[in-house]
Amino acid sequence: MVQGLIGRKLGMTQIFDEQGLARPVTVIEAGPCVVTQVRTAEKDGYEAVQLGFGIAKKLNKPEKGHVKESGHMVKTLREVRAEDYSGIEVGQVFNADTFAEGELVDVTGTSKGRGFQGGMKRHGFSGSQKTHGQSDRQRAPGSIGSSATPGRVIKGMKMAGHMGHERVTVQNLKVLRVDTERNLLLVEGSVPGPNKGTLLIRRAVKNQK
Amino acid sequence: MSHQLIRSIEQEQFKEVPHFQAGDTVRVHAKVVEGTRERIQVFEGIVIRRRGGGIAENFTVRRIASHAVGVERTFLIHSPRIDKIEVTRFGKVRRAKLYYLRGLTGRAARIVERRRDLTAAARKAAERAAAEEEAARLAALESGTGCC
Repeated sequence: MVQGLIGRKLGMTQIFDEQGLARPVTVIEAGPCVVTQVRTAEKDGYEAVQLGFGIAKKLNKPEKGHVKESGHMVKTLREVRAEDYSGIEVGQVFNADTFAEGELVDVTGTSKGRGFQGGMKRHGFSGSQKTHGQSDRQRAPGSIGSSATPGRVIKGMKMAGHMGHERVTVQNLKVLRVDTERNLLLVEGSVPGPNKGTLLIRRAVKNQK
Repeated sequence: MSHQLIRSIEQEQFKEVPHFQAGDTVRVHAKVVEGTRERIQVFEGIVIRRRGGGIAENFTVRRIASHAVGVERTFLIHSPRIDKIEVTRFGKVRRAKLYYLRGLTGRAARIVERRRDLTAAARKAAERAAAEEEAARLAALESGTGCC
């Protein structure tokens, strides 16, 4: 079995658990994921399984050649680890039932892009006073350093800039339901990115019993 | 604009609920867990709002408890913790959210009863039932198993 799957975020809703409590869930279309390549220690220096997901409208010649053996025109490729690499062959298909209900997973995605944002939104700066003679300072970041020593702004200073559209992983989300018929995973809580965004769902690295 | 798979997940959890709207008086049979055992508690009052959609739709019931203290409880319409909802009285109101009741007490906070439920949804349901009855009657006549 592979340790992860590629999926697509469909959106959020809520479901009722056994106690009758409403739980917020994200619905993820996870699979079918087809094995497009198996990385081996001898050949590639590490072991992994390359999975493909989705249907590509158009692939160029090298891409077509790469997925030819698997027999599927897949759109997205990702690599995941596996417990046991023997028995995993190119063309094999993994579905949502790779994960069990109650299991913890880490979900990786690309966060929603926010464009160029100021310090208050991007880093949670508090801005400055609205009154006491302030003008043009309400959302200003404040001081960004000292004077002649060091005479420059230190690297990594939190300032305005591009926010979002970066790789984000949310750890330890519980799988509340696995729908094998429709290949859906219902994961408790929110996951990064917009609806229809591509996600990588992997078995949690922490808290695994 | 939710995905149709999400809508179908929600619809699987929908329950059959009677038609009611703001201004109606309802008896909500809610399941209450006390320690290990579960019992049913009835909460009766006026529906002051219905909000949300799909599986998240909820409504708020207001009742005047002892010492003239107003108590409001909000329930999820499709929650499995609600045993059943009974509509005891249809109220005649002119707005969807009856927040103004919070500022009123006694006689002023009463709501005039509607004689019949004449809202579009209820009327449609009644029409459908009548049409079905008519169809059943005609079918019975045609097959010759009717009266006479």
